[in-house]
Amino acid sequence: MANKTEVWLGTLSLLVLRTLATMGPQHGYGLARRIEQISGDQLSLNYGTLYPALLKLEQEGAITSEWGVSDNNRKAKFYRLTRTGRRQLERQTHDWQQATAIVARFLSPSGEG
Amino acid sequence: MLKLRRLWMRLRATIGSSHCDRDFGDELESILQMHVDDNLRRGMTPEEARRQAHIRLGGVEQVQQIARDSRGLPWLEVVGRDLRYGARTLLRTPGFTVVAMLVMAIGIGASVSLFTVIHSVLLRPLPFPHPDRLVAIYSQDAASSRNTVAPGDFYDWQNASQGYEQMAIWRWTGFNMSASDGQLPEFLNAGTCSWKLFSTLGVSTVLGRSFTPADDSFGAARTAILSWSLFERRFNHDPAVLGNAVRLNGQLYTVVGVLPDWFQYPNPKIQLWVPWQIEIPPVIQLSHYDHIGYVVGRLKPDIPSTVAIQELSAAQHQIYLRLNGTGPVKQGAVATSLLEDLVGEVKTPLYVLLSAVVCLLFIAALNLSNLLVARSAARRREMAIRTALGSSRLCLIRQQLTESLLICMGGGIVGLFLATAGTRWLTTHWGGLPRAYSVHLDSMAVAFALGITVTAGVLAGLLPAISASGGNVFSALQENLRGLGGSAARTSMRKALLTGEVALTVVLLVAAGLLFRSFLRLRAVDLGCTTRNVLTMNYFLRGDKYSKPEQIVNFDTELLEKVRHTPGVEAAGLTNVVPGDGYYGDHEFWVPEHPPQPLGEHHFAAYRTADPDYFSTLQIPLVRGRFFSENERLEHDKYAIVNQEFVRQFFPAEDPIGKHLRVAWRTQQGENYELIGVVGDTSYQIDRPARPMMWFPILAGIPGNSGDSVLVVRSAKDVMAFATPVQKMIASLDPDLPVKNILKMEQIVGESTANSSFTATLVLSFAGLSLLLAAVGLYGVLSYLVTQRTPEIGIRMALGAERERVLCLMLVDGLRPALVGLSLGMAASVAITRLIRSVLYATSPLDATVFCLVIVTLLLSSIAACLVPAWRASRIDPMHALRSE
Repeated sequence: MANKTEVWLGTLSLLVLRTLATMGPQHGYGLARRIEQISGDQLSLNYGTLYPALLKLEQEGAITSEWGVSDNNRKAKFYRLTRTGRRQLERQTHDWQQATAIVARFLSPSGEG
Repeated sequence: MLKLRRLWMRLRATIGSSHCDRDFGDELESILQMHVDDNLRRGMTPEEARRQAHIRLGGVEQVQQIARDSRGLPWLEVVGRDLRYGARTLLRTPGFTVVAMLVMAIGIGASVSLFTVIHSVLLRPLPFPHPDRLVAIYSQDAASSRNTVAPGDFYDWQNASQGYEQMAIWRWTGFNMSASDGQLPEFLNAGTCSWKLFSTLGVSTVLGRSFTPADDSFGAARTAILSWSLFERRFNHDPAVLGNAVRLNGQLYTVVGVLPDWFQYPNPKIQLWVPWQIEIPPVIQLSHYDHIGYVVGRLKPDIPSTVAIQELSAAQHQIYLRLNGTGPVKQGAVATSLLEDLVGEVKTPLYVLLSAVVCLLFIAALNLSNLLVARSAARRREMAIRTALGSSRLCLIRQQLTESLLICMGGGIVGLFLATAGTRWLTTHWGGLPRAYSVHLDSMAVAFALGITVTAGVLAGLLPAISASGGNVFSALQENLRGLGGSAARTSMRKALLTGEVALTVVLLVAAGLLFRSFLRLRAVDLGCTTRNVLTMNYFLRGDKYSKPEQIVNFDTELLEKVRHTPGVEAAGLTNVVPGDGYYGDHEFWVPEHPPQPLGEHHFAAYRTADPDYFSTLQIPLVRGRFFSENERLEHDKYAIVNQEFVRQFFPAEDPIGKHLRVAWRTQQGENYELIGVVGDTSYQIDRPARPMMWFPILAGIPGNSGDSVLVVRSAKDVMAFATPVQKMIASLDPDLPVKNILKMEQIVGESTANSSFTATLVLSFAGLSLLLAAVGLYGVLSYLVTQRTPEIGIRMALGAERERVLCLMLVDGLRPALVGLSLGMAASVAITRLIRSVLYATSPLDATVFCLVIVTLLLSSIAACLVPAWRASRIDPMHALRSE
């Protein structure tokens, strides 16, 4: 269990950064919805999971937040990618692709020979 | 970097946490609303929309808790809470807190002072570049210990050595500086050094230049380099002094440079330096027999000192083989690091003092531990309730530790102030502490203070914390507050702590006792002469004015005449060194009446001068023959007096009177001096045995030999009253002649025992403090025991126990830890005291008197400490005790 959460948290920050990079500033709710949507509703995100990831990113300076008004005129806190965040996204994307490629090579049938 | 930033943000969040909480609440609310809006849009009823939104969001409180934990620093909040709680507990018992803090402050303050001194004096490298490559080099005989170096040897070493970058020779000297520009004449301690001394040490002048080979050659123009303190004091910082001449011993010396103010080698006493070859007569410069110089060498990089000195020693052995039989030539050479050479003497006393204060600190920590155990016993129920309510054991231990740490921190802060004062006191009152000028509290000392504070806090707090938090919750909750045997374990722990405390105290007491006894023995040493009402003062007749014997003798005679005719003066005399003031030089001699000495064997005796009245002034007894007479002066001076030790060694079975001493200082082949008297032994240094001494007439007036004078004046009453009149007499004879070291004989003796008295007094006061702490601990434990056992005692009395029996019972109970501690401490002392053997004078490390005294002192104070609570126990009214049950 613990192992799973750890991996999950690590990936979650990548998902958040990626979503913010493509969609621009977003509030927490929109982010959660968007991530669920892209995953084809395979992931279910409640705020108790998302919030610590957001907070960690903000403390690291990858994103900043400010209060604004949502599409349907609700007061909401918007998160925006910073330059540090953009660099972090590039690095993490690269790391992730490398890691999956390596794992994929192990798992592919021809990899045995 | 990211981690740091995160930590900072979290720290900020912890401090302003209420603001963050509100902000987060708002965000949560807005998300909830958006979710509800979405659900409504999907066609849910308002209630259903809100319910679904809540389900997806998760519990608001949980989310908030998660958020709070990852936003701030939870452990920091816990520490803050512990601190607040601890402070509140301590403030509730201010008396206990203040006393505990003060005790810790004394322990920590004393330790930090000693550490500072040790760090600055013993451990910190000398302030020269690559100080690890600096060594002090001495010459050495096969048998005897190290000796200063003969200039001839030094010059040969300089040519032969491969291991040293450069080396230099120097020795102490002194100059009379004439009165000038309204300033009084003054005697200056000075050094004379070969020109490479400053470059060997790696120091350059701040003004002007260093010595050059041209300065340091026979017949060169006279030059001098000033110390910063002389430059500041006598020349008002005026750089114009460079190139100007100062008058020293009547000769003009051109000032060529000024040394930096941090340069204090070998110690701050040296006021100025002059070149070696200017000061030392050419005969001695080439001599392999006159061991007069200190040699400093700088090793080449990567050459170990042992290798370099082997080579030098081999070179010296060649000299020995070549010159053996012609005079006293040394066989080898030895080297020590320059730092060791400067501070080696105070190593043991300093470490003894440090051990003493660390002992004291330990005792203070044990005492605090003991007090906390007592408190934790009283709070056992509180702990049990908190455990029952879900507090973890670690949490409780942490909280108790916080309390003891708070006490120690308070003590540490006060201690640091005490240490500042203590360090200043130590350096000003410890005469002869080398490098005292470089001692000051620095960041190392503060780090050390922090280290011992935390260690003491953890040590003192851990035991009570563990003992208080363990054990069965239910039994603690059920336990009657006045339960009969409930805290037996805790009591035995307190007794164990006390045993340790007493044992340490015993060790301290024994060490203090030994040091003090040694000091008393030292004070009681008979110098061999009177010390009461004797005034001494030095003057040096040097330079042009005193270049002829008649000039010296006239001055001395006139002065003695004036002093002796002063009303109140009983006697006055002249010598070059008074007893107790050091060995100074010795001289080779041989006895013409004896068969020639075997090759390579040489006889030496301390060289002294005296006028006819010197011995009777100091009341040194005449054993045989007679003193000098008034007409034994100038050319008519071939007479000598020796001491009993001299006779013991060199005339064991014959009458020395009428025999001769042959001494060579006027001519190479020497002259015969007739032995006319034998006097009683006097100590040249108070803690050393007598050595052979020989006196020659000071009124011979030999320039260079008879010019160093100590005037001794004895009177029936306060002799200090004569200091000013005698100084005026000297000034009337020669207004340019400075007088120095105006001291009573008692002061000279006092100075030589000062270090011993210093160490003894300090350790004794530490031991006294420890004894007090141990006694307070004993008293506390027994009082507590008595309160606890009141019902039991009540029952015993009701059943017919007598008051005396109860008194004895309690007394024995309280004294047991003291007795066990006493025997442990005694055993430890027997093992440890031999370490301080080297600082003890005529006192065995196992001195029976001291050990007995310590046993008696400790027993008496333990009985005194236990008597009050025990007596209180015996006064218990059984009815009252039982009723209160």
